[in-house]
Amino acid sequence: MAILELPGWAALAPALLLAGTALALFIIDSIQPHSSDRGILAGTATVGSLASLTVAVWFLLAGVGQPGLEGLGVIELFDGQFVVDQMALFFMIIVAVVTALISVASYDYMDGHAYQAEYYSLVMLAATGMALMAAANSLVTIFIALELASLPSYALVAILKDNRGSVEAGLKYFLIGALSSAIMIYGISLIYGTTGVMQLDSIALELEALVDDGAEFGGLLGLGLVMLIGGFAFKTASVPFHFWAPEAYEGAPAPISAFLSSASKAAGFVIAFRVFTTAFPIDVTNELIGVDWTIAFIILAVVTMTVGNFAAATQNNVKRMLAYSSIGHAGYALIGLAGLSVDGGEPVMGAAMMHLLVYGFMNTGAFLFVALAEHWGVGRTFEDYNGLGKRAPVACFALAIFMFSLAGIPPLGGFWSKYFLFFGALEAGLLVVAAALVINSALSLYYYTRLVKAVWIDEPLTQRDALAQPTGLYAAIVVAAVMTVVLLPGFGPVVDAALEAATIVVA
Amino acid sequence: MMIEALIGVVLLGAAVVFVAPNRIAGKLAFAISLVPAALSLWMFAVFDGSGNALLDGELAFESHLEWIQFGEYAISWFVGLDGISLPLVVLTTLLTTLAIVSSWTPIDERESQFYGLVLFIEANLIGVFAALDFFVWFIFWEAVLIPMYLLIGIWGGPRRKYAAIKFFVYTNVASLVMFGAFIALVFGLGDSVTSFALPEIATAMLAGELGSVYGLEATTLASVVFIAMFLGFAVKVPIVPFHTWLPDAHVEAPTPASVLLAGVLLKMGTYALLRFNFTMFPEQVDAYAVPIAAIAVISVIYGAMLALAQTDLKRIVAYSSVSSMGYVILGLIAYTQFGVGGATFQMVSHGLISGLMFMAVGVIYNATHTRMVTDMSGMADRMPVAVGILIAGAFGYMGLPLMSGFAAEYFIFFGAFGSTFLAYAPIFTAIAMFGIVIVAGYLLFAMQRAVFGPYSLETDYEVSRAPLHDVAPMFVLLGLIIALGVAPELIFEMITDAVDPILENGGDL
Repeated sequence: MAILELPGWAALAPALLLAGTALALFIIDSIQPHSSDRGILAGTATVGSLASLTVAVWFLLAGVGQPGLEGLGVIELFDGQFVVDQMALFFMIIVAVVTALISVASYDYMDGHAYQAEYYSLVMLAATGMALMAAANSLVTIFIALELASLPSYALVAILKDNRGSVEAGLKYFLIGALSSAIMIYGISLIYGTTGVMQLDSIALELEALVDDGAEFGGLLGLGLVMLIGGFAFKTASVPFHFWAPEAYEGAPAPISAFLSSASKAAGFVIAFRVFTTAFPIDVTNELIGVDWTIAFIILAVVTMTVGNFAAATQNNVKRMLAYSSIGHAGYALIGLAGLSVDGGEPVMGAAMMHLLVYGFMNTGAFLFVALAEHWGVGRTFEDYNGLGKRAPVACFALAIFMFSLAGIPPLGGFWSKYFLFFGALEAGLLVVAAALVINSALSLYYYTRLVKAVWIDEPLTQRDALAQPTGLYAAIVVAAVMTVVLLPGFGPVVDAALEAATIVVA
Repeated sequence: MMIEALIGVVLLGAAVVFVAPNRIAGKLAFAISLVPAALSLWMFAVFDGSGNALLDGELAFESHLEWIQFGEYAISWFVGLDGISLPLVVLTTLLTTLAIVSSWTPIDERESQFYGLVLFIEANLIGVFAALDFFVWFIFWEAVLIPMYLLIGIWGGPRRKYAAIKFFVYTNVASLVMFGAFIALVFGLGDSVTSFALPEIATAMLAGELGSVYGLEATTLASVVFIAMFLGFAVKVPIVPFHTWLPDAHVEAPTPASVLLAGVLLKMGTYALLRFNFTMFPEQVDAYAVPIAAIAVISVIYGAMLALAQTDLKRIVAYSSVSSMGYVILGLIAYTQFGVGGATFQMVSHGLISGLMFMAVGVIYNATHTRMVTDMSGMADRMPVAVGILIAGAFGYMGLPLMSGFAAEYFIFFGAFGSTFLAYAPIFTAIAMFGIVIVAGYLLFAMQRAVFGPYSLETDYEVSRAPLHDVAPMFVLLGLIIALGVAPELIFEMITDAVDPILENGGDL
């Protein structure tokens, strides 16, 4: 296989391609400053992210990251600072998919805006950071990748410079982001203080040694863990660091909201998955700090899904509703960590990974519909969306698909992952979490169908003229909708990939 | 591959109708729906299965394909028909075709979406009855909700939004509870099952493979699961006290949606009860026989009393469904050949009769724009044919001999009265039989006020004879009702053939 002859660093190709695209965009911008040639800019970004997607899928199919394969297997780079295994590739695929979708959609959305080249290159840089987060295997690289993803995101949220909401959202996002970064790096320093290493596998080894030496420094380690969890909670928009999300998503350009709520959240989850399974084995950590860290995630999962769903049910603004729904879904995905135990728990973590993949399509699609509505200028509340189905049946049909899929109703992709999470929670014996899932699911049905009701059932408040059909936005929405549907019959490969990936990390 | 063809044709047809112009959508949907109707009748004619699908029976039109491997469990596309599911599939396809024809008059906006959704619902209903893998079954089971939600929400009456969301949330929560219970059961079965295929799970259950999980002993677990699943299905049936979504949904739904809701959707609940609770848990059925019989009898009497109190024709028929479904539960819990067989027969029979009643009420509403008994009188003068069929349907409900309602209720009462399985069976049966009197009471009372006597109408509409395409589907239904009443063995033989294996595991054969 050709891949055998490539040098080791080529395993990071999905991330490197994204970085290269960002540089290409910088070059385009320097040749032709203030370019507004949307075709070239959006085209470059789309091609770059699709290339990254193709390579990541190819690696996954070729068997990179499957242990035991001669010459392939799990590839460790730079003394284990990065690791390319199936989980890394799986999340790189999610990031690349979302990036491609929003690049296509931004072709129309950014029409007439300033700083277009900067916009696309920042998106690519943030995507690079997220792809690296998927592969980062040491607390240092994790933190650097996290910052690489975060800093462009702050700028992207505020990129509509003349829009007060956008700038305010950017500032809020930045302040809370800076705070959580500070907390997280303090947590990292405490963990380093306890173990003396940064690399995740080495941390696990050091912890075992500490247990043998009489289990000292448990309190220090526990504090560090709590602070680390804080950092992840920020990135995944989980309680208690969730309150930036509605503000940032509402103020940001809608494609960026889609980007942050799908790709950035997935990237936050991959580091949480990796750090907690690799560096802090449950039995050892339990002996050191005296508490099972899954309890923290059980509480976080239940509280996050409940807060997200209850808040979403009370919103009148569609974008804020989606923002809170995205907090709710973070709660669902947290079950992936809550369901781990000494005996394993790869089905539940695999289910969480599947959920994040499906979520990458359905949630991105939903936010892109909001982008389309902003493009039309129809307003922001549910009432403003009334009766859109008559004017734009295709897009509204896609919206109905996204909403029912987010609610986990078959025959759509969201069904599998939600019910597998439910299955996983029951298998892990988390009856409380399963009960919370039932209650939240019923509640989510209310507000998701409310949007379907608005566009399909309610009569419009005012007479509307025909609505434009921007090519890029429509294409992205239709692709996301088709994928959401196709993932129902075609979920087998996703399940296989996610479960194998989870098995490697958990075991 | 016949079942795939059946579902595939309907799904494809739904897609075609969705994009067809509104003008021809109704006729096109009718033409398309003839294909599955003919196909299912052909399947009925050449049916060669025997025994029960879950209990080592010979399946007809079986197909089994690997789909997803989730951890230790395989999920596969597994469909097939036995003597219980085939009549229900035929009921679904015929009733859908007739419901489409009956929509030509009342549905006058967004026709292509309407008929597309009706066909989409049909595909899922066929899937529910044909699926033999839990996940496949559950996908179809849940997928029915979306089109029904939209049918009620878009084309329904004044309170349609409330009714639609109530229907959706109510039944979805019930499904989640049921799903959780079933998954717990699968974990309890441990290594003895490696897939979600229902026959495999049923076999393991009956072989006593259930272990303990969540610290519950096997018998406690079985009871908990049995009760949770019973509650989950009870909402769909619906059984008192979980019936409150039904009148809202029915009253607000457009006529064709009511026809499918009462005719087929309610049968999903009783079908699932028969397939899961009454097939897999004979011991728990025994343990909870008396409370279940009590609930059944309460449903019969309470539903009938509620119907007695209504003045809205559609509400009367809606509540009478609660009562009729109570008979089905009574037949099931009797656990005798005639009881369970009669209950299955009643599912088909009630599907036909309630479909007929809703159509007749719909035809009257199309002409008068009111459904209130108090607003009209003497309708028989102006719409003799439609009203004649309404009366025939009402007599079918009351159990007039030579109509399917008589056969169904007779089987149930005969099976229940002599049941040695159910304690106090004669008393339960006697009380339930009293329900017939109430049914006769409210139907005759409503008929007397609305259709007989001198003609008068409170609303300002000119009432004349109903068009042929409104009346024709009702004639077809009436023909089927009489055919099944005269010759119940048309389907009763294949039903009992599939029911007997269930009773061998603890029932009263």
